[in-house]
Amino acid sequence: MSAFRSSLDYLAGQLRQIGLFIALIAIIIFFQVATSGITLKPINVSNLIVQNSYILILAVGMVMVIIAGHIDLSVGSVVAFVGAMSGVMITQWHIPWWGAIILCLIVGALVGMWQGFWIAYFGIPAFIVTLAGMLTFRGLTQIALQNQQISPFPDEFRALGSGFLPDLGGGTSLLEPLTVGLGVLATLLLVAQGIRSRLARQKYDVEDEPLAWFVLKLAFTSGLILLITFLLASYRGTPIVLVVLGVLIVGYSAVMSRSVFGRHVYALGGNRQAAALSGVKTKRVTFLLFVNMGVIAALAGLVFTAQLNLANPKAGDGFELDAIAAVFIGGAAVTGGIGTVTGAIIGGLIIGILNNGMSILGVGTEFQQLIKGLVLLGAVAFDVYNKRRSGGR
Amino acid sequence: MTTNILEMRGITKTFPGVKALQDVSLAVERGQIHAICGENGAGKSTLMKVLSGVYAHGSYDGEIVFENETVAFKSINESEATGIVIIHQELALSPYLSIAENIYLGNEQQKNGWIDWNKTNREAAILLARVGLKDNPITKVTDIGVGKQQLVEIAKALSKQVKLLILDEPTAALNDEDSAHLLDLIKHLKGQGITSIIISHKLNEIKAIADKVTIIRDGKTIETLNMHTDEISEERIIKGMVGRDLGSRYPDHSSQIGEEILRVEDWTVYHPMHHDRMVVKGANIHVKSGEIVGIAGLMGSGRTELAMSVFGHSYGAKISGKVFKNGVLVKTDTVSAAISHGLAYATEDRKHYGLNLIENIQRNVSLAALYKLARNGWVDANREATVAKGFLKSMNIKAPNVEAITGKLSGGNQQKVVLSKWMFSDPDVLILDEPTRGIDVGAKYEIYGIINRLADEGKGVIVISSELPELLGICDRIYTLAEGRITADVPRSEATAEFLMQRMTQERDKES
Repeated sequence: MSAFRSSLDYLAGQLRQIGLFIALIAIIIFFQVATSGITLKPINVSNLIVQNSYILILAVGMVMVIIAGHIDLSVGSVVAFVGAMSGVMITQWHIPWWGAIILCLIVGALVGMWQGFWIAYFGIPAFIVTLAGMLTFRGLTQIALQNQQISPFPDEFRALGSGFLPDLGGGTSLLEPLTVGLGVLATLLLVAQGIRSRLARQKYDVEDEPLAWFVLKLAFTSGLILLITFLLASYRGTPIVLVVLGVLIVGYSAVMSRSVFGRHVYALGGNRQAAALSGVKTKRVTFLLFVNMGVIAALAGLVFTAQLNLANPKAGDGFELDAIAAVFIGGAAVTGGIGTVTGAIIGGLIIGILNNGMSILGVGTEFQQLIKGLVLLGAVAFDVYNKRRSGGR
Repeated sequence: MTTNILEMRGITKTFPGVKALQDVSLAVERGQIHAICGENGAGKSTLMKVLSGVYAHGSYDGEIVFENETVAFKSINESEATGIVIIHQELALSPYLSIAENIYLGNEQQKNGWIDWNKTNREAAILLARVGLKDNPITKVTDIGVGKQQLVEIAKALSKQVKLLILDEPTAALNDEDSAHLLDLIKHLKGQGITSIIISHKLNEIKAIADKVTIIRDGKTIETLNMHTDEISEERIIKGMVGRDLGSRYPDHSSQIGEEILRVEDWTVYHPMHHDRMVVKGANIHVKSGEIVGIAGLMGSGRTELAMSVFGHSYGAKISGKVFKNGVLVKTDTVSAAISHGLAYATEDRKHYGLNLIENIQRNVSLAALYKLARNGWVDANREATVAKGFLKSMNIKAPNVEAITGKLSGGNQQKVVLSKWMFSDPDVLILDEPTRGIDVGAKYEIYGIINRLADEGKGVIVISSELPELLGICDRIYTLAEGRITADVPRSEATAEFLMQRMTQERDKES
């Protein structure tokens, strides 16, 4: 009885996360039914991941910036600028594709240092600095491209955006073996890690989630990974960009939840003065966050350019808004201090699936915009309502 | 028959866990200047907030009679409509608007919904003349000094046909000349039939202008003194303000005092915005291991500024002076440097500077010393939880578990979380700024116990407070601070509340 009640209390505390998951699943089911099964067809799932990858990548960096209480409006322009630079480097400077990738990531870091300097050390609000960045980097893109498009790119470079891991089954097997292997491996690692940390918590006698909930959550996540594995394996296998994305999600989730740096980011966003008086080097943390955002935006720019096989002066237009929307749908607080990497990814997926599903259904772009706007508003309204009901400030 | 303009009878106001006012009565005679005295936290401001409708009728018990009519203000607008205007310590002016715009803010002089600028500026000029201000009404408020801003506030009150003017610490931020001018003005307004209530710590000012003084202590009216009929000295008022028994509200403790661990020499700090205003003036303080040292100072005396500037230059500009740790000169110009030299500072303002209110207990406790729980930059969350649980128990923090969000805890428990954070950083010297502000008596006793425990561990503890009984109850030695200057350094055995209060309210240049 009391165990049951404490489970309920626990779930009430996790309402936001659960709600997000349920919303994602409800949307998937809705479109699966409405499109008579097209949504979860292997080819569509593969496309969905590939076509949303750069927004999801941006969301990973953006959620960290927003948790710290800042914002970055420049990422769309940085995507374009880095895309342009990659085109110039490869086609005009004849730098090998791998060298261009490394140099482009460095360009992203420099962009982040530039903006981070003004924000962290000069004290200009991030909104202004990155709004200025949005304009300047768009301008630099056009200068670099001389208002021309650059195309095509070498195949090795394009693989970053639209390539797949090699098919070990030689294209003859029903399920692609490498993908199946990776999926099973990921599932096993997830389960092992879950059990290991639960045991460690028990050893330290730390309060933990109820066992039933733990098992349910683990089973659900494993099931989801295996489902996606199955779908991908029955099409062309694992998109390379999914591997990139997976590494980013796992890595940055760990950084945000377990590293000293991640803790300082949350502390900074939750109460900047209190963090500073506790010895957190608030300026340095802010600076590093923007450097990180620059590198991530550069990565997104490379992926996007590779996917389109085109460096375009208009590339990345509005990406910053999609990334920001993903973060807020994913439960981050506008005032900072709250948010998770996984939340932002789920938020990004919700937007992606809405786009994809509505396109399949032939919903016009005007209604797509309308519906996405209402979803964003609704998600944040739900947050605000919850917070008020629980009596928080 | 009564000539009283205002009578407040049996006012009782409770906040969760604290009885701020208990059966307080106040009678103010028409056309007089009535002073209200009391220590910080005695309930003066609360009483004025009840009177002016900041705390709406119904949120307190008791009766307010203004001009022979019982009133029940639901908001500050209603009290202003009846002619009661309060001027708060923090001025409520909009800096980038003109003097005239500020005077008529919320009460714009209009014609068919459009502002009548000629009338606004003309009327404002007349009001400014009444308060003795010669500035042009179109001057921006940010361009005039604090003293003149105070006068603008009074002009604004006059524009509202004020009958009873309440001034909360009106001269706290003013220099001598401006203070004198302001006091003259209040007297002058009295001549025009305006009644004033003035809250002040500066007893010489009260002596100079007040007709009557009501003393409030611990949320109760102690006495009302007539300044004309009785021969009232400053000492007499101080006695009323502090005179309470120091019974067993403080745990017994005898300190084992060792070597000096911290010395601050010739510490001078300027205001971060106004670089010509000295906030701390050549302060010298030291603390020994195992010693509990008090700093007694009123609000605005520079006590917090002293502490925060020593702790990583967290306040102020043009900071000069030396900090010695165990006799060695050290630099404490960043918070992390101060922490690594074994300093800790627990703020007087938990909500803004002490805690991340949207985060849980565990993560608040670990923040200042996260490196102790980390290896290669990765935090061991399990050890962190163990640490936090340890503090939950040893500090008797009342919360369901270490995952509880600190914003939802009571003031006393929040304070214990702040103390836990600094205890976990294992400092040698703790500076506790108003450690018992806003918490109830029971929790206060526990905090005193914690302070004693820290001293017994050989740490030096500096307690900043304006509650004299508290300092007399727990400290081994007490400094007084007035207008940024250390004015006394006395062992507890020689200290009395009267002596401390006299040194805390000491005017500048009286001694030196």
